[in-house]
Amino acid sequence: MGKIFTKPRSLTDQPTHYCPGCTHGIIHRLVAETIDELGIEERTVGIAPVGCAVLAYNYFTCDFQEAAHGRAPAMATGIKRVRPDLVVFTYQGDGDLASIGMGEIVHAANRGEKFTVIFVNNAVYGMTGGQMAPTTMPGQRTTTSPLGRNVEEVGMPIKMAELLAALQTPAYITRQTVIDPKSIRRAKQAIRRAFEYQLAGRCFSLVELVSTCPTNWGMTPVEALAWARDTLLPYYQIGDFKVPE
Amino acid sequence: MGKILMKGNEAIGEAAIRAGCLNYFAYPITPQSEVAEYLAKRMPEVGGVFLQGESEVAVGYMLFGAAGAGERVFTTSSSPGISLMSEAISYIAAAQLPVVFVNIIRGGPGLGGILPSQGDYFQATKGGGHGDYHLLVLAPASVQETAEMVMMAFPLAEKYRNPVMILGDGLIGQMMEPVEFPEQLRTAPSDKSGWATSGMATRGSRQRNLVKSLFLDPEALNNQNLLLKSKYDQMRREEVRYEAYNLDGDYRVLIVSYGTMSRVCRTAVDNLKAEGLEVGLLRPQTLFPFPLEAIRAAAGGPACQAVISIEMSMGQMVEDVERAVCGIRPVHWYGKCGGDVPTPEEVMDVVRGLLDGDR
Repeated sequence: MGKIFTKPRSLTDQPTHYCPGCTHGIIHRLVAETIDELGIEERTVGIAPVGCAVLAYNYFTCDFQEAAHGRAPAMATGIKRVRPDLVVFTYQGDGDLASIGMGEIVHAANRGEKFTVIFVNNAVYGMTGGQMAPTTMPGQRTTTSPLGRNVEEVGMPIKMAELLAALQTPAYITRQTVIDPKSIRRAKQAIRRAFEYQLAGRCFSLVELVSTCPTNWGMTPVEALAWARDTLLPYYQIGDFKVPE
Repeated sequence: MGKILMKGNEAIGEAAIRAGCLNYFAYPITPQSEVAEYLAKRMPEVGGVFLQGESEVAVGYMLFGAAGAGERVFTTSSSPGISLMSEAISYIAAAQLPVVFVNIIRGGPGLGGILPSQGDYFQATKGGGHGDYHLLVLAPASVQETAEMVMMAFPLAEKYRNPVMILGDGLIGQMMEPVEFPEQLRTAPSDKSGWATSGMATRGSRQRNLVKSLFLDPEALNNQNLLLKSKYDQMRREEVRYEAYNLDGDYRVLIVSYGTMSRVCRTAVDNLKAEGLEVGLLRPQTLFPFPLEAIRAAAGGPACQAVISIEMSMGQMVEDVERAVCGIRPVHWYGKCGGDVPTPEEVMDVVRGLLDGDR
């Protein structure tokens, strides 16, 4: 009997450092499947962020650069401008992209840089141990909002997909999630579309993925999936915010 | 091609193109915005890349990405802009990427002013960003030398896989002088297939490349720093450059000065010679590596009674001059940093003053 399911070729054999129940593993797989399906492994350059995915290059087989915190879109700009024939993607978390890297992402999107952004939004800083992010929900307890996020002091969480979709230039802005098999299939389609738009020479594409962080949310993986469904998704609504005409 | 009259800032842009660098990312800042204006027109003519970034912070990482992908790339900025790029410069040094930076220094600290200064000596030679790293720092004193140093900087950056900085000042950037671009300084880029993220297909390899600066294992990080140190030690052995002026005779004072300031000092040396006072001038052309041994040897000249560092700052290079002289002669400092360049007459007065006790 032939093999009917296997690890994507674009993933290495190395066990990941991600916590049990973390959705980074799923998203890595979806990106790697896309790279395999499009046959672009040998001309793809990934950019790892600062955050939990800083070591993402240990799990992908393609060329990789490691960014400073928030600066991945500027690096991707540099690569893509001098080597437009390469396929370039950044893989960023919400602290990286929506806080310290807000300037870089907005301007890269607005210039219509021809790379793809995989934006993992789990409403918390993961690597540094569960601090409040710009995406943390009102009332959500974190190590730096121990009484819950107080929107009177720090404002409401930032909806990055909607914010970037307000710009005229970007080609494809979508928000998906990976909390159940159906949403994972849709997320895969979105990631594939984002890379296809890049290959077609379309400008900037971004896939925001509402994700879980059981460790820093203080939940079991199953509880975390339910919390994401009940608390995050009503605020971070799934859908395409911008698609090429 | 013969000499043409060019503004320093424009010569910088042209020199990079003549050196074979067709990628430029920058953010406007006085007094060097003419480089960006020149290249905005010139890069499209030669099929190059010109991009005005949204900030110097972002520009620093555009350089990182482009150099990491294996292409020659450079930027120009001025003091506050270099401060903003310093985060990226640390990462670029750590990831061992060849990038050329030009700093046309303006007065500081803070917004300071827009007139010439040499106040970024510490930032350029001692760090600026975090961690143990050095830039190879070249200090030109004319438009011609600026053009040549820009052209030399690319192969130097590639030889060491390390960022190189041209440290000029507002006067170098703004003045016009005749310049030519020596054809022999046009160099082919080095082979970067062993480390650049140029795409596996590009290099015909199944081995992926990784550009990074994170070493969580203490031994690995220590080894990484030892590797970087070995490059800086090699620079100290192989790249020291300086110009000696009037150091053959029995000079009674040794001036150490670089860049624009050294030109004024040279005039002062000539004028003092006409008065019968012999003064030597040593002009560092590399600030890192610093010409420690040459300065120490010159300070030991038989008639030399004093050494003075003359710089458009409140006394930065003087610390390296003291380190070079090692106490064998008294070391003094004179400088200004509001934007007025000291005149030859001021320098002559200061030098005479050093010998007053003898008269």
